[in-house]
Amino acid sequence: MADKKSINLTVMIGKLKLKNPVMTASGTFGYGDEYAEFIDLNRLGAIVVKGLSLKPKEGNPPPRIVETPSGMLNAIGLQNIGINNFIRNKLPFLRTVKTPVIVNFFGDSIAEYVRAAEKLSEADGVHALEMNISCPNKQAGWSIFGTDPHVTSKVVSAVRKATEKTLIVKLSPNVTDIGLMARVAEDAGADAVSLINTLTGMAIDIKTRRPRLANIIGGLSGPAVKPVAVRMVWQCYQAVRIPVIGMGGIVSPEDAIEFILAGASAVAVGTGNFIRPDITMDVLNGITAFMKTEGIKSINDIKGGVQC
Amino acid sequence: MSRLFKASIIENIQLVKNHYLITLHPLEKIKKPKPGNFFMVAVDHNLYPLLRRPISIHRWLNGDFQLLYRVAGKGTSILSRKKPGDILEILGPLGNGFPLKINSAHIILVAGGLGVAPMFALAELLKKRNPALYYGARTKKELLRIDELNALGLDPIIATDDGSSGEKGNIVNVLKRHIARHLSSISDNMLFACGPEPMLKALSLLAEKHGLQGYMALEQHMACGLGTCLGCVVKTTKGYRRVCKEGPVFPIEEIVW
Repeated sequence: MADKKSINLTVMIGKLKLKNPVMTASGTFGYGDEYAEFIDLNRLGAIVVKGLSLKPKEGNPPPRIVETPSGMLNAIGLQNIGINNFIRNKLPFLRTVKTPVIVNFFGDSIAEYVRAAEKLSEADGVHALEMNISCPNKQAGWSIFGTDPHVTSKVVSAVRKATEKTLIVKLSPNVTDIGLMARVAEDAGADAVSLINTLTGMAIDIKTRRPRLANIIGGLSGPAVKPVAVRMVWQCYQAVRIPVIGMGGIVSPEDAIEFILAGASAVAVGTGNFIRPDITMDVLNGITAFMKTEGIKSINDIKGGVQC
Repeated sequence: MSRLFKASIIENIQLVKNHYLITLHPLEKIKKPKPGNFFMVAVDHNLYPLLRRPISIHRWLNGDFQLLYRVAGKGTSILSRKKPGDILEILGPLGNGFPLKINSAHIILVAGGLGVAPMFALAELLKKRNPALYYGARTKKELLRIDELNALGLDPIIATDDGSSGEKGNIVNVLKRHIARHLSSISDNMLFACGPEPMLKALSLLAEKHGLQGYMALEQHMACGLGTCLGCVVKTTKGYRRVCKEGPVFPIEEIVW
């Protein structure tokens, strides 16, 4: 048995030291303030905020979400308040929290990614950047950046040159070879990869015979995607040397530990925050309890520990 | 007072087929909800259904409260089978609620179907102001809480699709006729409504035509209830607005249909 004091939960993501491996997933935690009522934000490993772009984005028409078995489809359309607004109105609060803030961002061209990264890197209180590459590329007929290894390499290299901050690349799972995409990101200078983003999906109302989302296609998240996410984290862990941040359907400490055994250095809770606003604390407490009963001294000791 | 709390079920009764009234006793003190506020109810700890059910406050009973719901899918079906003594985990009260500072002389309330749930809460609070309550449903059987409304001294003006109670047809047409006949000074009225989309749409047109001010409670698919998922937006003249945060109650003139 390891006692609580001797349990080491700290993990390194690039230059960033996290006090524990439990993060929030972008787009499921707002800008943190909405959850301060339910949990002590200081206890989180990191807060990852809703994805930002240079200019505010209005998002897609409703209906934007639909519940599916053990999961949900969303097509929010990257609605956000824009980087300037975030820096002015949301960062001051986040600076009062003793938890690193990771800002998720995206662009519709490489130039926009670079400008966004530059702007965020200058802001006081931004500890790391997470780039979303599962969004459409204006200069390539709106195809998705992160499904083409060459485009991924180009956009990650360009952002790497624009920031000194720890750079996390959030991979799209809608690819054939996720390990290849992780290697491409690593070679282009990423400090870590995070996965999975949502899996594209669709649901149809059989009475009206219409898609249940106004956008027709959406992204699937929640426990339904967890086995796919664990598999992809395991494949990425084998493909790269940089840390892998695992997410996809985590709603319990057991889920989180599964990701860590698959090779995740840290984990993020996403859709789970919608089910229970204090779920991150259950996950964190449960990881500590598990380590105690299993006699695990450092969380890093079980990273990638699945025995195949 | 946390907005995440547990409540035990005092009663969970079927009023008519598929329509239930649940009475809940919070296990800790909770914030008193305003009419138009709602709760996110976790019907189970299973992963399917995954999300909570948003249900508006129907009646506040000195710390206990009642919700009125219709069995529409898996979640509400599970909820309907819950027994007295069972514990539910609930988030709320959420949303903005109806504005309660009303300067106009007359108040018109319009409820369609299950829209009676929040309109009852509002009517109960405003009963001293003698509001005119218009209540439409598909059929007599689905007119809920009529005895309770009468007990409050609110004799609702009724319309049903099949004419089994009150006027045959839609409640907006009844209101339309009354406006044409009786209401000389329309600007001295305030309209509040909740109900199915076609009803609210027709009411919006009517309100616009007569320059009638008012508010409507809207519904949308919802995940978090806290404003973070951005899933529950509706289109307004100010852009997309979240039903769970800026709503569910919106000024009629701001809603874009």
